[in-house]
Amino acid sequence: MAIWEVTSRLSDLPDFMFPSFTQVMSTLISGLISGQILIAIGASLSRLLIGFTIASVLGLVLGYLIWRYKIVEDTLGFLVTALQSIPSIVWFPLAIIWFGLNDFAILFIVTLGATWTMIVNATSGFKNVPVLYQRVAKSLGSSGFHFLRTVILPASVPQLISGLRIAWAFSWRALMAGELLGAGVGLGQLLESGRALGQMDLVISVMIIIGVIGTIMDNVLFLRLERSVERKWGIRA
Amino acid sequence: MYLKIEGIEKSFPHKEKGTVKVLDHINLDIEKGQFVSIVGPSGCGKSTMLYLIAGLEKAEQGKISINGKEVKGSGSDRVVVFQEAGLFPWLTVLDNVTYGLLLKKMSKKEAEQKAIEMLKMVHLGNYIDSYPHELSGGMKQRVSIARALVMEPDILLMDEPFAALDEQTRMVLHKELLDIWRKTKVTVLFITHNIREAVLLSQKIVVFATRPGKIKATFKSNDTKDGVMPNDVTLQLEKQILAELQEEIEKVLKEEMGDDYSFKTNSVSRDTSGDMGSHI
Repeated sequence: MAIWEVTSRLSDLPDFMFPSFTQVMSTLISGLISGQILIAIGASLSRLLIGFTIASVLGLVLGYLIWRYKIVEDTLGFLVTALQSIPSIVWFPLAIIWFGLNDFAILFIVTLGATWTMIVNATSGFKNVPVLYQRVAKSLGSSGFHFLRTVILPASVPQLISGLRIAWAFSWRALMAGELLGAGVGLGQLLESGRALGQMDLVISVMIIIGVIGTIMDNVLFLRLERSVERKWGIRA
Repeated sequence: MYLKIEGIEKSFPHKEKGTVKVLDHINLDIEKGQFVSIVGPSGCGKSTMLYLIAGLEKAEQGKISINGKEVKGSGSDRVVVFQEAGLFPWLTVLDNVTYGLLLKKMSKKEAEQKAIEMLKMVHLGNYIDSYPHELSGGMKQRVSIARALVMEPDILLMDEPFAALDEQTRMVLHKELLDIWRKTKVTVLFITHNIREAVLLSQKIVVFATRPGKIKATFKSNDTKDGVMPNDVTLQLEKQILAELQEEIEKVLKEEMGDDYSFKTNSVSRDTSGDMGSHI
């Protein structure tokens, strides 16, 4: 930060192109106080939450179908692997045409970004449930939905969590890209307006916010979730 | 007859040969409350036989019936204890044991009470709130036996339940199993490849031939046993069974190691007094 401060002051670039650390901080704090940044965070996170939730549910359901029925695996399973390799932002032009340049288009690519990974992880999670657990449960009289709820789902929890984590990262990236190009309030849009107004201090402030939120979600939420499962299962002491 | 197995045939798909027959026309009768063991070389289909009775697999031909009622699918009247304990790692010991009871629509309170009673019977009363990974192998296997017994099954199906345990733990569990069997009078079908184990525990021993799995011989032993100490009678029986199995073992080894391999029991160094130092 000291290096940043010094290089910025000594550099030939004007302040608006390469703002100093203190300048960024003051913009960040005033943005937080005025509510401008907070509103953007709220808008972005709510989009993310909706898209991510839809993706998770969709991923679990489709993952279940692929695991359960051979014919779905042969058809949809293959398609998912192919679609997974397309970055979700590539869908944006299509989404704009279909839904217009609005929240819905952004939501679409956020959901899409997370869905494929979630399907793939859910499928492999379900497939890797040890036969032994399945036999034990069946021998004790479990079947149908009870079997799914008490054996298949909990047994694949470790894999589902890592799936959620990756899906989260994908949808977070898709969200930023979508907002940058799209409309309405949001962190991406704030970046875009910072660029348009030539306010690099605002752009860097937003970048810091994005980094902080990403770190919090990944390291605090998902890592903790993972750790607690590992501890309970005794995978890691 | 209580458990009646008639003309069971079962094959599995095989990469090169198409299908491989694992069970060939099996007929077996088991009386209520009997302790029956099945011994045989690995791959002889004894575990498959057990899964068929449990309803976890389906036979191509033949019929399995209990008390005259044909077996269709799995049911909690026949509970399996597997070689590995197979406890659910996401549940505590207590929740593992109540799992099947709650499926029977028993109230949680009643189920827990029964489970704790059963866990005390296998000497694990102090571990009800532990998670499976905190237990040793022998303790896990005891939980899995408790989980099966608490269901009060008519038939307890055991698939090499003690094979993965060390000798000391196995001896303790042999004794406990016999105690439980005498107390509950449950019908036990016990799969093992350990002849001594079979002889020490059971009243009837069925020897399986391999590829395809067939019943080669049946032995009876109505001695009272403690499940730990071999005596003259059990040693004699052990020898007879080994002689019966020798041919089968040779068949398996030849298949795995080539035709020039020959296995003779007499040439294997073996403690002829048979007590392996347990009288010291």
